[in-house]
Amino acid sequence: MTALLRVENVTKHYGTRIGCAEVSFELYPGEVMGIVGESGSGKTTLLNCLAGQLPCDAGRVMFDTKTSGLRDVLAMSAPERRMLARTDWAFVQQHPRDGLRMNVSAGGNVGERLMAVGARHYGEIRQAATDWLARVEIEAGRIDDRPTTFSGGMQQRLQIARNLVTGPRLVFMDEPTGGLDVSVQARLLDLLRGLVREMGLSAIVVTHDLAVVRLLADRLMVMKDGHVVESGLTDQVLDDPQHGYTQLLVSSVLQV
Amino acid sequence: MISVQDVSKSFTLHTQGAAVISVLEGASFDVAPGCCVGLIGASGAGKSTLMRMLYGNYLTASGRIVIGDIDVAQAAPREIMALRRDTLGYVSQFLRVVPRVPTVDVVAEPLLRRGASEAEARERACALLARLNIPEALWALSPTTFSGGEQQRVNIARGFAAPYPALLLDEPTASLDPTNRNTVLAMIEEAKAEGAAIVGIFHDVAARDRVCDGVIDVTDFTPGGVQ
Amino acid sequence: MTEYTFAYLDEQTKRMIRRAILKGLAIPGYQVPFASREMPMPYGWGTGGVQVSAAVLVPCDVLKVIDQGADDTTNAVSIRRFFEKTAGVAVTQDTQAATVIQTRHRIPEAALREGQVLVYQVPIPEPLRFLEPSEVETRKMHSLEDYGLMHVKLYEDISRHGAIATAYAYPVKVEGRYVMDPSPIPKFDNPKLDMAAIQLFGAGREQRIYALPPYTKVVSLDFDDFPFEASKPDHPCGLCGAQDSYLDELIVDDDGTRMFMCSDTDFCAKRREGGS
Repeated sequence: MTALLRVENVTKHYGTRIGCAEVSFELYPGEVMGIVGESGSGKTTLLNCLAGQLPCDAGRVMFDTKTSGLRDVLAMSAPERRMLARTDWAFVQQHPRDGLRMNVSAGGNVGERLMAVGARHYGEIRQAATDWLARVEIEAGRIDDRPTTFSGGMQQRLQIARNLVTGPRLVFMDEPTGGLDVSVQARLLDLLRGLVREMGLSAIVVTHDLAVVRLLADRLMVMKDGHVVESGLTDQVLDDPQHGYTQLLVSSVLQV
Repeated sequence: MISVQDVSKSFTLHTQGAAVISVLEGASFDVAPGCCVGLIGASGAGKSTLMRMLYGNYLTASGRIVIGDIDVAQAAPREIMALRRDTLGYVSQFLRVVPRVPTVDVVAEPLLRRGASEAEARERACALLARLNIPEALWALSPTTFSGGEQQRVNIARGFAAPYPALLLDEPTASLDPTNRNTVLAMIEEAKAEGAAIVGIFHDVAARDRVCDGVIDVTDFTPGGVQ
Repeated sequence: MTEYTFAYLDEQTKRMIRRAILKGLAIPGYQVPFASREMPMPYGWGTGGVQVSAAVLVPCDVLKVIDQGADDTTNAVSIRRFFEKTAGVAVTQDTQAATVIQTRHRIPEAALREGQVLVYQVPIPEPLRFLEPSEVETRKMHSLEDYGLMHVKLYEDISRHGAIATAYAYPVKVEGRYVMDPSPIPKFDNPKLDMAAIQLFGAGREQRIYALPPYTKVVSLDFDDFPFEASKPDHPCGLCGAQDSYLDELIVDDDGTRMFMCSDTDFCAKRREGGS
């Protein structure tokens, strides 16, 4: 099996400050990688670099494209990267309003990616949107409602449907459960786990919530000051942390 | 099937002045297919630690832990993920699940991960839950609200859902009533009969005597203490 | 006459606008920014079209100006007089006789020929504007041909009204590349965008010029199962009886009696002269 994503020495500076430095890892099909660390540790910078949304200073991000094998995402032309972003990739934002079109109906939100890659049959687009709303547990009757009328949890589920409708292979998620009630979080986590399994998705999930990564991620990277200080199987890193910072992080979690 | 060779383990506590605590040294034993080995030793001797090392949950400082054809002590995370999916089952003392997920789905998940169909996985999950006397009314509920004994049985059902050739059992019969204890022991015997290599921790001596073909005293691997 | 430069604008400004027009013709459908000038009329009254007309007019041109198809409405009359006064060009109401036609929201019914120039007044040149407020983002979408959003607009129409309810400013794709707003012409006129004359679009407030060279392929966006339809009121013209022209609806008395008549006054008048 070949890696879906191979990250080599990705480095990003903000002036003299380090955003992230010398990050390398491989992600295989079906794997979910968690990235944890406190605010400012560089996890979101790294995510944006990987997704081609932020130019890096150095490094390579090799992605196994459907059409032409391993390609360096950072060296791609903007149109190529844009195409990748609406076919093979998905990006789930922390705030649904950053990832949704709030003035477009739920169905239109889900259908946009399909139309962007050339779907031109209204009936089929609508059917796909209906199916996806059901998969993310939004009732079919809400298909023509705008996301502004949805609860936070529904908006986040809609964002997931909108992103997954074109069957991407790699999903970037930035704090996907942040800002949600714990009960809503649980439902979303379950949904994400199911989708990852059914669709064979790979995902990179940035969060500061260790409970979320334990339940969602197979593997874990711990970041501090822009560097990866520890990585491994999620349960191993959390239960037998090696680095002092990880030990501090794990021991700082409040027990319920 | 399971081969532990000269394995050691220590913890470095960076938050407490980088104290190094050595917990295991020179641990070696083998478990053949169809055999069950019990880990014994006083509380704190390192039974659970060794078990977690076998599962890849704790890192191994030195030595080899070969399960199937993978050296858990050296394996990359994805190799361990594949091992856990296809080869190595684990019944821990704690049930860790996504809240609000129905019990039947919790039990079916390992099968779904292996590519079983939804129907097939659910059927097997229901059969196991029935066998372990979890009332059917509870199957659609999340196990997070269950009693200790019920949670333990859900954990066992989940651990036995897939036919793993290697199994790790951490106190599988603790907090079970005689009927359910009997059922679990029968399930262990069946797994052995199907050729599973099993490592278990049993405080219940009668249970240990019934299913174990041999015991390993973990105290033998205990080093001097804090260095 | 001598108190004005020919066609009001100074020569440097006309040169700047002509450059924008040439670039627009070279990249059909692409919105070229230009330094729009203050004109002696308010924005929304055709300042973009007037600047484009001023830049293309030459003394031997014959100018026709229409507003919603009519030669005799205030806007048309005042722009026509403006150029009569500032450029001294001949004016006409005859579509065939004109060399430059400035229009607000219609394409004449009579087919235009090679050598004619049709100048459109455009309020909002950006077809993606109502869905994506950011200019930076819409420009990126044009450059990357990322047009899924355009169909989202049509999707929303169908989901809300059961059909594509966009009746004017119906988006088109030009030569398989740029999505373009044809200005608020009725969609009935969309098929005519594929024509022999040069078409220039000027948006004064938004400072954009775009263009369609003769015989450019212009396709109205649609869905396979909801194809584009160049619809019009299902009536004949009440004056000339034309079945195939775009109609205005008029309430003619206090009882609400309705009458449909050609919006293209020159077309209608010619039919009545020739027919009866």
